[in-house]
Amino acid sequence: MIPEIGHFALILALGIAFVQVLMPLLGWRRRDPRLLAIGGSAAQGQFFCVFIGYACLTYSFIAKDFSVAYVAENAHSQLPLGYRITAVWGAHEGSLLLWTFMLSGWTFAVSIFNRRLPADLGALVLAVLGAISIGFLLFLLLTSNPFARLFPVPAEGHDLNPLLQDPGLAIHPPTLYMGYVGFSVAFAFAIAALITGKLDAAWARWTRPWTTTAWMFLTIGITLGSWWAYNELGWGGWWFWDPVENASFMPWLAGTALIHSLAVTEKRGILKSWTVLLAILSFSLSLLGTFLVRSGVLVSVHAFATDPARGLFILVFMAIVVGGALAIYAWRAPKLAVDIEMRLFSREGFLLLNNVFLVVACGAILLGTLYPMVLDTLKLKKLSVGPPYFNVVFLPLIAPLFALVGVASVVPWKRGRWSESWPRLKIALAITVVVAIAVPFALYSRATLLALTGGLLGTWAIVTAVQDVLRRIKAKPKFLAGVASVSRGVWGMTFAHVGLGVWAFGVSFVISYGFEQDVRLAPKAEATIGNYNFAFQGVLENQGPNYTAQQGSVTVSRDGKLVADLHPQKRFYPSQRNVLTESAVDAGLLRDLYVSLGEGFDDGSWSLRVYVKPMVRLIWLGGVLMFIGGGLAASDRRYRLARATERSAVTNGALPA
Amino acid sequence: MTKRQKRIYAVAGLVVGVGVAAALGFTAFRKNMMYFYTPSDLIAGDVPVGANLELGGLVEKGSLVRAEGLKIQFSVADCAKAVPVRYEGVVPDLFREGQGVVATGHMGDDHVFVATRILAKHDENYMPPRVAESLKSEDGKHSCAPFKSVAANAG
Repeated sequence: MIPEIGHFALILALGIAFVQVLMPLLGWRRRDPRLLAIGGSAAQGQFFCVFIGYACLTYSFIAKDFSVAYVAENAHSQLPLGYRITAVWGAHEGSLLLWTFMLSGWTFAVSIFNRRLPADLGALVLAVLGAISIGFLLFLLLTSNPFARLFPVPAEGHDLNPLLQDPGLAIHPPTLYMGYVGFSVAFAFAIAALITGKLDAAWARWTRPWTTTAWMFLTIGITLGSWWAYNELGWGGWWFWDPVENASFMPWLAGTALIHSLAVTEKRGILKSWTVLLAILSFSLSLLGTFLVRSGVLVSVHAFATDPARGLFILVFMAIVVGGALAIYAWRAPKLAVDIEMRLFSREGFLLLNNVFLVVACGAILLGTLYPMVLDTLKLKKLSVGPPYFNVVFLPLIAPLFALVGVASVVPWKRGRWSESWPRLKIALAITVVVAIAVPFALYSRATLLALTGGLLGTWAIVTAVQDVLRRIKAKPKFLAGVASVSRGVWGMTFAHVGLGVWAFGVSFVISYGFEQDVRLAPKAEATIGNYNFAFQGVLENQGPNYTAQQGSVTVSRDGKLVADLHPQKRFYPSQRNVLTESAVDAGLLRDLYVSLGEGFDDGSWSLRVYVKPMVRLIWLGGVLMFIGGGLAASDRRYRLARATERSAVTNGALPA
Repeated sequence: MTKRQKRIYAVAGLVVGVGVAAALGFTAFRKNMMYFYTPSDLIAGDVPVGANLELGGLVEKGSLVRAEGLKIQFSVADCAKAVPVRYEGVVPDLFREGQGVVATGHMGDDHVFVATRILAKHDENYMPPRVAESLKSEDGKHSCAPFKSVAANAG
């Protein structure tokens, strides 16, 4: 009964979504505020229905209702409750339902928070979101019904993929989807603004908090994914340039460009059509990401069922959304041209350069990701593009961004002068050079080119960001008053840019000073890797809730002192006859010690992967700082207090930065 | 400078910048493309020694030999040919004889493929699609000897 209620709720949601699209459009044509107002109620009704559907599927998992095919496929009576709840998005149908649920949630939030928007713009935003929702609901109901029943009812479920039975992966997809789906709001704002033709600084200010929120979730989603891959895949890597990772990284790069160009559009009223194009691009790349992961084009841990009908549906849907959006853009964008002079040596000039680098980097990744797939689909050649390509192309494109972020922090809007900016940069540059050279030698007594470059760029980003915020604080006579006077938007920017610097440190140091070694050890034998002594104590059998494990014991010491006792596991999940490598990590801010079990040999020895990973945590710490920064920026009071002024015409004059 | 001149310089600068970036990008792209080969392709075609490529097929039954430490040698086979492969390191969980694998590496001077990375998926019935496709015989069924050994394993 419950699954049928869920199914019915989704059908109802589809009907309401049509209302949500058609009524506001009709209202806009007829200039009828009553019809426009229906959009909000429809959005809330749709959210309620999708919520019911989502709750019903969750209930079926909790109740272990194996008569539901999707539950039988992805749960097991031994599966712990927590993982039964997260198993809802453990495979194709449920993750699509989660997508739709989040989309309706974002739409709901827009309908609540945007009462202060001009009625037509607000209603059209909801109409565009409703149209996207129709696409996903149809996709769910026509090709991927999560509530399909199974007869005869199996006595036992097939269980959740063991790789997904990890806290990191339990929260990775929802955060990632929050980001993907969140860009639909920026997209809807862009399309609505193109239709109404009202695209001004006020529009940018309404769009910014939504976009920043989406970006924030995408940031933490990617960070969690990287952390999970490091812990669960047993290879100790944090990024593989796997097509699925690229699929989430491309919208992130486009979204990062978008939040920067939105700042320019808000402050200066320029780059309007570029901003709109980026909004379309970010969401299109989010859809592409969904397509790549869900269509079965890719084979990886993320790719679920292979069903050509599904791939075709998403492809057609994507063509309609992207093609339609670009058509509207081509039709309306020429109206957006403004004749305001823009200088390269100004804040907006640097932000534009930032956009150029980000978009080119995004394009390079797109090429490396799609080219092999296109050739393969056309049956021309089978090939793959290796990580070296991405490293060679991405790093040089990203490095200038660090230099830019520092310089831009001292350059004012409209017009800057090198003679005014340079004195402010001198001290920062001196500190940067000293720190970047001192740190590698102090910690590792040797420097590599990469560590020096990464250290320079990272320190530069951190020092200039801190200097910028300190200067704002010192503008007030008292320190505390100064701290309070700095807006959350600025704090957000500071956190994000410091996060960027921290990330650069992590990346360059872990590559420069890391040790990776595969060793074969008999019990009681030892291996010395990078100042650390790894002593293998042997392997014992161990019983988990739904698996059996062979648990190794490795004691790590340095200079004769015990540092860590690690217990990597090799787990066997009988329900799926699946083997999983559970690595053991001794985490630290300055270094991680990482051991994973390979295979046992007849003579009692085991193969082990042993890694020493200096500063690898900084990579994720950087992501977390950016996430916090996004949260601060999105919650800036400016966006809430703007109520009183937003309807007044906004000039293109200079606003204080 | 007039506004027009400035704009021309800006556009010219952009074109040159994008051109250089594109040239460097495509060079890196070409250098890092790894073609996928089946053992038959590899033996038939002229593969330059040292070029990075992917080799996909099945680990031939009875071919796995362990040397000292973590060194192993085995053959990757399709229906017609087998290529000897050398590898040192930890192999994936589901690496075993009869299993489909994709090895990344290059052809050595001695006609032994030197693998730097081996992939085998987390599912014992999994076969990389490219491998599955390349193993198909004319009638579309897997009928060759290395695959049969898998069937026997699974059965």
